[in-house]
Amino acid sequence: MSRVGIVLISHSSKIVEGIKDLIGQVIQDVPIELAGGTEENDIGTSIDIIGKAINNADQGQGVLLFYDIGSAKMNAEIAIEMAETKDIKLVEAPLVEGSYVAAVESSMRKSLQEVYDSVVKAF
Amino acid sequence: MELQVKDIIQWFELTNEKIQANKDYLTSLDQPIGDGDHGINMARGFKEVVNKISTQDYENVADVLKDVAMTLMSKVGGASGPIFGTAFLKLSIAVKGSDSLNFETFTKGLEEAVNGVKQRGKATEGEKTMIDVWSPVVDYLKSEKDFQGDQIRKTAKQAMENTKEIMATKGRASYFKEKSIGHIDPGAASSFYIFEALAEVIKGGN
Ligand SMILES: Nc1ncnc2c1ncn2[C@@H]1O[C@H](COP(=O)(O)OP(=O)(O)O)[C@@H](O)[C@H]1O
Ligand SMILES: [Mg+2]
Repeated sequence: MSRVGIVLISHSSKIVEGIKDLIGQVIQDVPIELAGGTEENDIGTSIDIIGKAINNADQGQGVLLFYDIGSAKMNAEIAIEMAETKDIKLVEAPLVEGSYVAAVESSMRKSLQEVYDSVVKAF
Repeated sequence: MELQVKDIIQWFELTNEKIQANKDYLTSLDQPIGDGDHGINMARGFKEVVNKISTQDYENVADVLKDVAMTLMSKVGGASGPIFGTAFLKLSIAVKGSDSLNFETFTKGLEEAVNGVKQRGKATEGEKTMIDVWSPVVDYLKSEKDFQGDQIRKTAKQAMENTKEIMATKGRASYFKEKSIGHIDPGAASSFYIFEALAEVIKGGN
């Protein structure tokens, strides 16, 4: 059965790779897609990369987005407005801890709203 | 005068020239109060903008502005990408359907652009961002009846210089709190080039 997807957005590809490793130690069955850095792999964020990550993370159960600083949030909001699926939520929570909680909740086959509520409640 | 497709294209060509010529200066403004990439970001974005719009045939100004917006959003990298992208996207939407832009349509469109930026960045006047140049330019235009290049340039320049005294409360510069005072905001400086370029297009057309 499909699970709620997670997209990790950061200015640095290494940050999101590290978080995915961290979560991967515990959770393997949740779609986690990375949107770190720009197309040229410079420091920054990209609407296109975030958009692709949303598509890839979506198994039909919706997608939660976690982000770091500055332009990450604005680019995430624009990517959400442009995305095909409407079941997307941007989460105001610490990137590392928030996505960790979300991954655990999602692996328990909770719904998008349930996972979202758990994360928001935790912080 | 009315701004035609060719004028809008020239507006962005001139903006690009200014941004490329002042790339290091813009980056140096972003060093004390940011991460020192503003010139690099804007130079990358506007180069792509000119590449895009100079190879295309356009029937109306809104389509040019839309391509400008989408290119800036996807190519700039920093916060200035979604910010300037949103500005030109809102301007494009506001002037949809017009083959060319008269003063009134342009002024209304620019006001929509500023509103869009405020919404996108959750910012307002007095927070040391590009809004502190765009908003005074809109206020000036609303007090006028026709395009006057010199006055647009003067308003934008003064507004840019005024950002020096403001403490940043939005964007990356806000992490520097009172240390952000005494520096021109990088996005305000590139906004000055945008309006200086517009002023030159207007002067050429009058
Ligand atoms: N929330 C915001 N609203 C409006 N303008 C903003 C906002 N955040 C940043 N800016 C503008 O963007 C400029 C910084 O752009 P840039 O250096 O390219 O991006 P970053 O801050 O991501 O490094 C600032 O000087 C400011 O004018
Ligand atoms: Mg910067």
